[in-house]
Amino acid sequence: MKVHTYEKAFLAVGIVVLVACMIALVYASLVHGIHLPGSSGRIHPAEVTNTPPFDKPGVYQRGPNAYEAIMIGRAWNFQPVEIHVPAGADITFTATTVDVLHGFNIEGTRLNMMLIPGQISRNQYRFKEPGEHLLICHEYCGLGHHLMYGKVIVHPAGTPLPES
Amino acid sequence: MARLTSIVLDPNGYDLPDHQRRVLRWTIYIGYAALVAGVFHGLANALSYAGITILGWFPGLRTYYQGLTAHGVANVLIFTFSFGNAFLPLLTARALARPLNTGLLWSSLIALVVGNILTIYAVVSNQATVLYTSYAPLQAHWTYYLGLALVVVSTWLALANMLVALVGWKKEHRGDRIPLLAYISVTSYVMWLLASLPIAVEFLVFLLPWSLGIREHVDPLLTRTLFWFTGHAIVYAWLLPAYVSWYALIPRQVGGALISDSYTRIVWILFLLLSIPVGFHHQYVDPGISNGLKAMHGVLTFGVFFPSLATAFSVMAALEIGGRRAGGKGLFGWVGKLPWGNPSVTAQILAMLTFVLGGATGLVNASFTMNQVIHNTAWVPGHFHMTVGSAVALTLMGVAFWLIPYLTRRALFSRKLALASAWIYTIGVLIFARGMIAGGLDGMPRRTFLAEAAYSNPAWRLDGIVTGIGGTMMFTGVMLFFIVIGLTIVAGRREGAPRDIPVSQTLTAPAKHGWELALDRIGVWSIVAIVLILIAYGPFLLGYRIIPISPGFRLF
Repeated sequence: MKVHTYEKAFLAVGIVVLVACMIALVYASLVHGIHLPGSSGRIHPAEVTNTPPFDKPGVYQRGPNAYEAIMIGRAWNFQPVEIHVPAGADITFTATTVDVLHGFNIEGTRLNMMLIPGQISRNQYRFKEPGEHLLICHEYCGLGHHLMYGKVIVHPAGTPLPES
Repeated sequence: MARLTSIVLDPNGYDLPDHQRRVLRWTIYIGYAALVAGVFHGLANALSYAGITILGWFPGLRTYYQGLTAHGVANVLIFTFSFGNAFLPLLTARALARPLNTGLLWSSLIALVVGNILTIYAVVSNQATVLYTSYAPLQAHWTYYLGLALVVVSTWLALANMLVALVGWKKEHRGDRIPLLAYISVTSYVMWLLASLPIAVEFLVFLLPWSLGIREHVDPLLTRTLFWFTGHAIVYAWLLPAYVSWYALIPRQVGGALISDSYTRIVWILFLLLSIPVGFHHQYVDPGISNGLKAMHGVLTFGVFFPSLATAFSVMAALEIGGRRAGGKGLFGWVGKLPWGNPSVTAQILAMLTFVLGGATGLVNASFTMNQVIHNTAWVPGHFHMTVGSAVALTLMGVAFWLIPYLTRRALFSRKLALASAWIYTIGVLIFARGMIAGGLDGMPRRTFLAEAAYSNPAWRLDGIVTGIGGTMMFTGVMLFFIVIGLTIVAGRREGAPRDIPVSQTLTAPAKHGWELALDRIGVWSIVAIVLILIAYGPFLLGYRIIPISPGFRLF
């Protein structure tokens, strides 16, 4: 099979671009610590509200500069509907759903997860600045899907956090 | 110009018997009717992003999400597969110069029609407002799952028809290379056969018995994974018939030639191998799937980008040959010499150009770091309206401008109106995607009735208006298309219709001996594809403990 010179050049450039993109991916996940939610355990959706840690949703301090937000999605709200976290700390979001699929997207960040019945979703994020972010359910979950949202309020580091 | 080789057995023409053409024609009509029906809901969805609700004007449509389900099902499932079911067997028959099997032809059409009736019943009666992805545990009426399963069965019957023709041809032509047009048509649906098996399992083993009450619970992560097992390859099942047109027909329509026979076959083998083992890139942010597997699917997704890169070169080269033969000079002089007055060509070139942006945004989706910024935001429909919504839809509209006249033996009703529909649609989709992509980057969610959402963000306002304007233009383009095609069918002139399918020639002929003969072993390549699929999905399927935990929810 004869391959034209221009074609070889075109394909070579294409491959270089693809490989460069993949290197950038590896760099971002290793150096900047951008990870995906992975396997974080399973839970029976009907038992969520009486299984720790989901029996007490809220924000808890887990270390000197580490917090965990325990959250539940259900048609059509989040529990708690509003959470308070400090800027500059590592926040682990641990969430699940009691009914159908929901989305868990904190607007303006890369914190983006699916909530799937039977599975626990978990990922980490550090808010650099104080401010307010919408927490949006971005997976269709029935007639009231567009009513389902929450708020993440980021407070300046060192100030006391209101109860979530 | 070098000696050219035809991509079909008999370059002088071959006509299917009239009764078989009629079945194919009606199959195609179902597809284009689904396109037109689906865009009404598309318009309502796009306007919702601009804050305008027109749902009250739709008789029999209760909610935004019911419309969105109808839009997805009609435009990406019924439209595309009805087209493929008719187009690919038609081209296979043309390539091999032999008739199709009448029994299979009818059973494929009947499966499609019955599937359509069941699905339409479920969607219109608001018993299947689960969107086209039908994620459990949202539960639709059983007619929805059975209807869509029958649509899949219709594609298998269409493939069976092509394989019968191919086997019959092989018996009479031992040792000959498969004519290229037949090769790419058949391989497209062979890929889809492999790809469709997981969704068949999802529907027939899990969701259908569950909706009938035979099963009480399902495992939502398993059914979702089975969906995306099929769900990325399905986009190639929509795209490959468009690629068949770009490779095998467009070169002829622009007076050019396809550069290489072997190269084309390799592209199709790469699609057969790489389209399927990439589904986890739709589930990057899902819990319960290991990050190692997600990364592996990410790399393979970059791999399946390669045959599309190769296509970009091959198709552009064919266009350039045509443009230069028509007297085009200089680096880009040939572009102006292309037959821009031919709506079939113009629509498809515009589809190719839009697809460049669709491909680039697709690379962002495939990159698991950036994916977290845009997953399930408006970015994603912004992206796929430049792939399935243009590379596929616009190409299929362009094909209709010769195919409907060919099948009805009536000339195209109005060339100018046809051209206008392609341009308006293209400009519309670019504006629409600009709005959706910008909105997505600002966190605007997809699949959400934003016009009445409980929350909003001032940044989405302009993005939504742009989306609404673009969507309205896309709708206008499809309506013009509908008028042109409808009037062609009922009022087109009896003379002047194309008498043959525009089949191309290649510059480099198929090799008579050597390694290239192995390219024709579609069965062997399918086995290689299955091995790759098992490597990509085996670790998950073997390690996953199915726990049926979810009863059905009908929250619509």
